[in-house]
Amino acid sequence: MAAVKFTLNGKSQTVDVVPQMPLLWVLRDHLGMTGTKFGCGMALCGACTVHINGQPVRSCVTQVSTVAGKNVTTIEGLSADNSHPVQKAWIEADVPQCGYCQSGQIMTAAALVAKTTNPSDNDIDEAMRGNLCRCGTYQSIRQAVHLAARYQAQSGGAQAKGGAR
Amino acid sequence: MKTPTKINRRGFLKSSAAVGGGLVLGFHLPEKGQAQTSGPLKLNAFVKVGTDDTVTLEIHKSEMGQGTVTSLSQLLAEELECDWKKIRTEFPGVEPVYGTPMMGTYGSLSIRTSYNQLRQAGAAAREMLIQAAAQQWNVDKSQCRAENNSVINTATNARLSYGSLAAAAAKLPAPTNVPLKPAAQFKLIGTSPKRLDTPLKVNGSAGFGIDVRRPGMLYASLERCPVFGGKVASFDGSKAMAVPGVKKVVQISNGVAVIADNTWSAMEGRKALTIKWDEGKWASVSTPALRQEWAALAAKPGQSVRKVGDAATAFAGAAKKVEAVYEAPYLSHAPMEPLNATVEVRADGCDVWVSSQIQSAAQQTAAMITGLPAEKCQIHTQYLGGGFGRRGGADYVAEAVEIAKAMSPTPVKLTWTREDDLQHDTYRPASYVKFSGGLDAQGNPVAFSARIVCPPFGGNNTAVEGIQDMRYSIPNVQVEYTAPDTGTPVSYWRSVGYSQNCYFMEAFLDEMAAAAGKDPVEFRRALLAGTPRLLNVLNLAAEKGDWGKPLPAGRFRGVAVVNNIGSFNAQVAEVSVNQGKVKVYRVVCAVDCGQVVNPAIVEQQIQSGIVYGLGTVTKLGITLDKGRVVQKNFNNYDPIRIDEMPVVEVHIVPSTQNPGGIGEASTPTIVPAVVNAVYAATKKRVRMLPIRPADLV
Repeated sequence: MAAVKFTLNGKSQTVDVVPQMPLLWVLRDHLGMTGTKFGCGMALCGACTVHINGQPVRSCVTQVSTVAGKNVTTIEGLSADNSHPVQKAWIEADVPQCGYCQSGQIMTAAALVAKTTNPSDNDIDEAMRGNLCRCGTYQSIRQAVHLAARYQAQSGGAQAKGGAR
Repeated sequence: MKTPTKINRRGFLKSSAAVGGGLVLGFHLPEKGQAQTSGPLKLNAFVKVGTDDTVTLEIHKSEMGQGTVTSLSQLLAEELECDWKKIRTEFPGVEPVYGTPMMGTYGSLSIRTSYNQLRQAGAAAREMLIQAAAQQWNVDKSQCRAENNSVINTATNARLSYGSLAAAAAKLPAPTNVPLKPAAQFKLIGTSPKRLDTPLKVNGSAGFGIDVRRPGMLYASLERCPVFGGKVASFDGSKAMAVPGVKKVVQISNGVAVIADNTWSAMEGRKALTIKWDEGKWASVSTPALRQEWAALAAKPGQSVRKVGDAATAFAGAAKKVEAVYEAPYLSHAPMEPLNATVEVRADGCDVWVSSQIQSAAQQTAAMITGLPAEKCQIHTQYLGGGFGRRGGADYVAEAVEIAKAMSPTPVKLTWTREDDLQHDTYRPASYVKFSGGLDAQGNPVAFSARIVCPPFGGNNTAVEGIQDMRYSIPNVQVEYTAPDTGTPVSYWRSVGYSQNCYFMEAFLDEMAAAAGKDPVEFRRALLAGTPRLLNVLNLAAEKGDWGKPLPAGRFRGVAVVNNIGSFNAQVAEVSVNQGKVKVYRVVCAVDCGQVVNPAIVEQQIQSGIVYGLGTVTKLGITLDKGRVVQKNFNNYDPIRIDEMPVVEVHIVPSTQNPGGIGEASTPTIVPAVVNAVYAATKKRVRMLPIRPADLV
């Protein structure tokens, strides 16, 4: 066991766990933050995507010891009230079906629109192809990412509110 | 371990339609001295009204993405005249009113079986609120009407909110057979309000089964025999116990469970187990051997499942004969949420928190294992992270109950890994079909025969549906069926037997059209005069899909039609094939599913079903080697990703006929639409899935 200190959704957090434990299970089982999902355990599906220092990362293969001193943002930290541009766009386009993969989809999309002002369909495919959806919401996701990019521009543009804290 | 209750989906449809009266609405006449004192007041099994004016609707069909929370709320609210913004929803426990003989969500039946029942429930609750208002005003109820969560006195324009009437209404007897609105007066049915579950699904707060947390809960991971039906011969858990966080190692019916204070430690402990297996009789099964065995079976006559006219004589007199063998592999469901269940077993009862499609099966399983009466086993339904038929089984619930029984009274959550999911699924069966088609000198079909070899599962027709009930009018038809025994567990997979049989049927029909020298759409049209709704969607898809019009260089079209789950759909797919690699650009789908409750959700389901089916054309297949499933994770069972997503256009036929199903409508159709387009592009027939690029170059 070892104490690991990092910033989680803007607040200082210390956990005392086996240092090899993936961040995913620290979030879900130790901290009760279940918005981040388990899908494959091998960085193949993207359901567990969180931001570490603003970059989208697969938490299922990220040992908790490696996030010491870093900023971690989860779906719960994106906004308190569904007001993040990507959440607004997801609601407007009614993207989710079963919804299980959507935390990961939204975190990946948030990182994309934070750095890319007006993403093309190709940009979206490139950024989002690591996030599986078995319900097949991809057409709505494309539409919602375009919309999110517009909302992001209205709220101060890329970089202003990318989910990284 | 006993298999959970077998489910006959068709039988259920019949019996649930036959139930009537109070059972349908779940009326509970209030007993004296037992008035409800807190929480929203129950008007019937589907409607509660709170004194704060909120309306709580009981959603008795599992929400696995197909939109039941929203569409069933629309059915209730249409008659209840409540404020859409004041609706709350919850998933109720197992009660006869929520499904007899069983509570569950399958067969694309939710709207079909709820369409009248929920409108009746909404109307009955509304009438009770109106009656309560009439009594308060001391006027006749004919002077009152309901609108937007209030009852209005039409003589005075006075209003009473539902919340203020709830307590009085809950004490009134429930009316039965309240007249329902005609379709022309619908305000909600046929419209697309935003999904009620979306806000919860964009911030991580929707509660899936895997998210359940109970005080003092422990976490389990289970090692099963890699060969189906195998058993533990002996095991050593001492190394597992040495893994930090591991609390206990427990043997259950079909494996060894490691229980820890977090999921990861349970999984790490499991890796440290040493187990000797008795692999049993299926340890040598392999896909190549099964294919050979089934080819031999298809060479012999099977059980006749459809016979029209005299196929043998018609073949003998046919001007041209077409023959082909088609094969489809086992498939895994692979819902995004790995299977899981959280169970607490006590001396006096058992609680199960689970994402389940068949709550009754979960309850019966818990009762059987704990020895408790079923009513002491409470099923708490959570949001499902995908179902597709997989969560109709109770195998994973049984495992969790066995583990929790061993750990009683500590609650335990069992979580499957993705590897467990792919290697211990109840699979869509593999299938092998030998077809013959006979044409006369003008190219008209005169005979058709199919010999189907497919492991049996579920109801009587599941292995043959899609061919046995094909809608083409051909004068002489012979369909035969042989059931092989493989030991591989099989079950319902989105669209069930149609998933493989419509691929076979529609691809072979294209072969007959080609042999007749006819256009695939024209050829089908001539054979569908007796099924006008299917003919209509074919024509609509052909028109909207620009059938016969020029395409960009290198692109080709294919068409297919399917009649399943009480609905009709046709699809036109546009593809290119480069060095054997198939790319799908555009799919146009025309669908007639009768009266539509929520068109946006219908469109979502058509898209969803197409993506689910499309993966099986180009990528997905489960194969066996030495009795083991070869595929392990999304690296070698890799579903469709966003960069492979075609543009999907959906055209809904307006209709006031009884609702058909939608969740499983489009999955079978996309497969032959694409392989028929691949033929147009390459002149090569795809007779085995998934497509291997080498077959097309």
